[in-house]
Amino acid sequence: MTETSASAAPIQRPDLSGARLKRRYAAEARFRLYGLIAVFAAIGTLVLLLTSIISNGYTAFAQHHIALEVTFDEAEIDPTGEREYNVLRRANYQGIARASLRGSFPDVTERRAKRALVGLMSGSADQTLRDIVLANPDVIGTTQTVWVKASDDLDSFMKGHISRDVPESDRRIKDRDIGWIDQLIADERIESQFNTTFFTAGDSREPEQAGIWGATVGSFLMLFVTLVLSFPIGVLSAIYLEEFAPKNRWTDLIEVNINNLAAVPSIVFGLLGLAVFLNFFGLPRSAPLVGGMVLALMTLPTIIIAARAALKAVPPSIREAALGVGASKLQAVTHHVLPLAMPGILTGTILGAAQALGETAPLLMIGMVAFIVDIPGGFTDSATALPVQIYLWADSPERAFVEKTSAAIMVLLAFLVVMNAVAVLLRKRFERRW
Amino acid sequence: MAMAAENLVDENPNIAEHKIIARDVSVYYGEAQALKSVALDIGRNQVTSLIGPSGCGKSTFLRCLNRMNDVIDGCRVVGDITLDGEDIYDPKLDVVQLRARVGMVFQKPNPFPKSIYDNIAYGPRIHGLGEAKADTDEIVERSLTRAGLWKEVKDRLDKPGTGLSGGQQQRLCIARAIAVNPEVILMDEPCSALDPIATARIEELIDELRENFTIVIVTHSMQQAARVSQRTAFFHLGDLVECGDTQQLFTNPNDERTQGYITGRFG
Ligand SMILES: Nc1ncnc2c1ncn2[C@@H]1O[C@H](COP(=O)(O)OP(=O)(O)O)[C@@H](O)[C@H]1O
Ligand SMILES: [Mg+2]
Repeated sequence: MTETSASAAPIQRPDLSGARLKRRYAAEARFRLYGLIAVFAAIGTLVLLLTSIISNGYTAFAQHHIALEVTFDEAEIDPTGEREYNVLRRANYQGIARASLRGSFPDVTERRAKRALVGLMSGSADQTLRDIVLANPDVIGTTQTVWVKASDDLDSFMKGHISRDVPESDRRIKDRDIGWIDQLIADERIESQFNTTFFTAGDSREPEQAGIWGATVGSFLMLFVTLVLSFPIGVLSAIYLEEFAPKNRWTDLIEVNINNLAAVPSIVFGLLGLAVFLNFFGLPRSAPLVGGMVLALMTLPTIIIAARAALKAVPPSIREAALGVGASKLQAVTHHVLPLAMPGILTGTILGAAQALGETAPLLMIGMVAFIVDIPGGFTDSATALPVQIYLWADSPERAFVEKTSAAIMVLLAFLVVMNAVAVLLRKRFERRW
Repeated sequence: MAMAAENLVDENPNIAEHKIIARDVSVYYGEAQALKSVALDIGRNQVTSLIGPSGCGKSTFLRCLNRMNDVIDGCRVVGDITLDGEDIYDPKLDVVQLRARVGMVFQKPNPFPKSIYDNIAYGPRIHGLGEAKADTDEIVERSLTRAGLWKEVKDRLDKPGTGLSGGQQQRLCIARAIAVNPEVILMDEPCSALDPIATARIEELIDELRENFTIVIVTHSMQQAARVSQRTAFFHLGDLVECGDTQQLFTNPNDERTQGYITGRFG
């Protein structure tokens, strides 16, 4: 009976000897070790990157100020005494600020030395005084203590970026300047304050007056255009391709091309934008509108691919259920499939948007590297973007722009972290079981 | 079409007795033929069960009856199927309306990931039944009652339908199907994922529903076919081998393949 049913070959039992087991354990231990090494290498790189950026950049969030005893002389500011806005606005605040600083150092008389002395103060001191007067004309005729920004060189010196120990010829702060600074410190007239300008101003040639608000606004105007264009187009394409299009050679071709498009270097999209949007359609250079359109082209494949994956992940039984009670195909998609796919689609969109937010190369091609001081007020105003601002500052020779560059990177990273966190939250929040 | 219908009437004088008449139905998935020239009549207000070994084409045939095969890429149906004498593959016929008349319950319970209430209300809503909230409430209650689920869920109508047990989910799906008042209900192995008690409940339910609906059920269990159906059709490798009165088919089959299957010699 056994002969008929079992084969003639002897039955092989699994080898349960210790050697095999040991080898298996060793292989598993090795695998874990490699994995841990890889994880630590990744974390290490990240920590290195972050420490270098933060240690370089955190000082940018503070700015040294100098206290001036300012006499708001009525004869100087408002000779007519009518407090007329245009008169107040045009007064020679520069002169007043300089006179105030010189007043503290009466023994400095030589012209070159006087110029060097006022050079310790930021060129924006006159604006500070003007703002005070315009906000409250009653100060005219009084003497006030006013904190004005120090120059970027003084600021760098105070932050220790310029050392006293290097030879005088090698540093921008000379021995004479140091003498003045020491005197100001002794009088407690130098103070480090929170650098609000960095968060409220546009770009500037003077590091102490430069801020990232202009670039931030530019970035978000652009991101808005990007999303308004790429989200609906991307989602509709994905729905059509996934739910309605017949599966044939044409749709295969389209699919392959969308995947290829996702891998096209971003600068190519910039060239396309330059050729089509600027040269052919004549849209303005450096405008968030054009930047957004270029980035939309770039983000589109990402969104389509993510949306198709999300739609594909919705079980077919849901579609059948809807069709089974007599829903049309469109109803099945809009009432059931799309809501279930939405978290995935939104996650993909946010990741695409984060990618667009950090993109520099295509923007260079359409003129968004211009030096722009004003905060953009609309989609066709000249603007720059955060990553481009970083690029511009990294290219500037002044020592004070080094910390600004790192600080701008921190701000950009913060936005990216927030966007990715939102993506994770969306996924968690809407995660459904079916 | 009128001609074809006449032919069918000639072959089948009892059109009043038959809700669905299928003639010469063949189905192809790409090149492969899954059904070979099937001819089957579905009796009005009867339960017809389709039995046969796995892969013999029972589901395929069932899905022809509400054109669910339309959504499968590469699936082609030829032949005539009429519902009350009306060709359901007529290009002029609206497939959405057909599916409102021929409802379906699937093998795996597939409630929408929405509330129990919305699961039932969805179908009536898209067909414009019960525009007012009170009407919808009534439809929901009536459907759940008919599906024998009302007592168990009436206090948790706003809870997700996916949170019910397997048997409850399947009854929810049946309630969802009958909420749009179809004429025919197709069930594809509705009890294959359920325990014996849940199965018994659904079998009872099918028997009650027979009064108002024509039911076609695919089942793997010959006992189930014997318990719930009046007529049974036996499929084998894409052929309809034999169709007849359930009692007679199980006690005295004509074909030896049927004999072999019901006595457990293959399948
Ligand atoms: N979507 C499909 N694509 C290709 N072949 C299919 C598809 N669905 C079913 N078939 C084939 O059709 C035949 C009948 O399948 P089906 O009707 O599901 O059988 P049953 O329900 O009787 O088990 C099987 O050979 C199966 O492989
Ligand atoms: Mg089946």
